[in-house]
Amino acid sequence: MLPTPSTSHVNYDQIYEPAEDSYLLLDTLSSASESTFLKFRFPFTTPSPLVLEVGVGSGVVLAFATANAKHIFGRSDILALGTDANEHACRAAAHTVRGAATEHTRSVKPAGIFGDCVVGDLATSLRQQNVDVLIFNPPYVPTETLPSLSSATQDKFEQDSHLLSLSYAGGHDGMETTNRLLADLPTVLSERGVAYILLCNQNRPEVVIAGILARPGGWRAKIVGSSGKTGGWEKLCVIRIWRP
Amino acid sequence: MKLLTLNFLTCARKTCKSNAAAFPLHPKEAELEQVETDMNPLFIKNILPRLDWEAMKTLTTELGLPNLPAETPSDEELATDGEPSQTAKDLHTLLMETSIQSGKLVCGNCEHEYAVKEGIANFLLPSHMV
Ligand SMILES: [Zn+2]
Repeated sequence: MLPTPSTSHVNYDQIYEPAEDSYLLLDTLSSASESTFLKFRFPFTTPSPLVLEVGVGSGVVLAFATANAKHIFGRSDILALGTDANEHACRAAAHTVRGAATEHTRSVKPAGIFGDCVVGDLATSLRQQNVDVLIFNPPYVPTETLPSLSSATQDKFEQDSHLLSLSYAGGHDGMETTNRLLADLPTVLSERGVAYILLCNQNRPEVVIAGILARPGGWRAKIVGSSGKTGGWEKLCVIRIWRP
Repeated sequence: MKLLTLNFLTCARKTCKSNAAAFPLHPKEAELEQVETDMNPLFIKNILPRLDWEAMKTLTTELGLPNLPAETPSDEELATDGEPSQTAKDLHTLLMETSIQSGKLVCGNCEHEYAVKEGIANFLLPSHMV
């Protein structure tokens, strides 16, 4: 078991608290099959991979990937960046990633390199076709409406609950935000790029995968991790999207 | 935000994405900070091919920092007798230890200004500009 990064400094009134979905991403990224895939995908003789987590939240996933870069990617010279529409999350996540990387370096061996977390909408601030590994734990809960990225309220409690809603409220089928990211993937991912996206059962992962396979350009997608089996249904899953 | 990060960022407006003038973003009224970090020589070597060297030269000039070499340094220039060379150390200082603490980042195409506060850049656009 690789250690879970500490997020004790994070204020969960305004930032999504690590939960089963976060831990499924950690388990999936560090699984034998995915680290084998990633090592083969990014041989250590090639330029440093850029790892981007969209909607970085508490930073627990990006911190884990950065600290354990050697285990996951077979190399410690990865560059980790994060984005989040919530400025508090960016600040907290930077703290989490730096802490985990320092801790790892002190106790074991070199960790990956953390760049920054920037405030923004999905990957819109990134240069085109530069991201090698994209990780996204989206707002996937089906809700009647999708919260707008900015809130006009001055009330502290309302501000906090608006920020929290951004981290889970996914609109129709819980897919409105995820669909925007999926549409952007060809312009965000590099040639060797791969995306890991968490979905819940109500997002209808099989429909999402079929949609990606039907795209021009030879895209592939498959479920590479799942958890929360209830009555034969997988509650949560992680899909990997890539071009062979 | 680290100068290295600027190599990967551009204007968030869709209409600017494919426009060469939108990269690099131009620092304005930038307050710089130096924070010492341990050097990872392997990272410096392997991140170099990912840098847009012309853009990094533009950035250092605009920030009034020491000039970069005319061309991307070769692997041989990064090490002397198995130890990191001065060139590698200088690159580490520039890319990893120099950061913009506050100021603005201006798009060369649409002239939109993104604020940097307490080291964090904000790329959210007002809804009429998305
Ligand atoms: Zn622009």
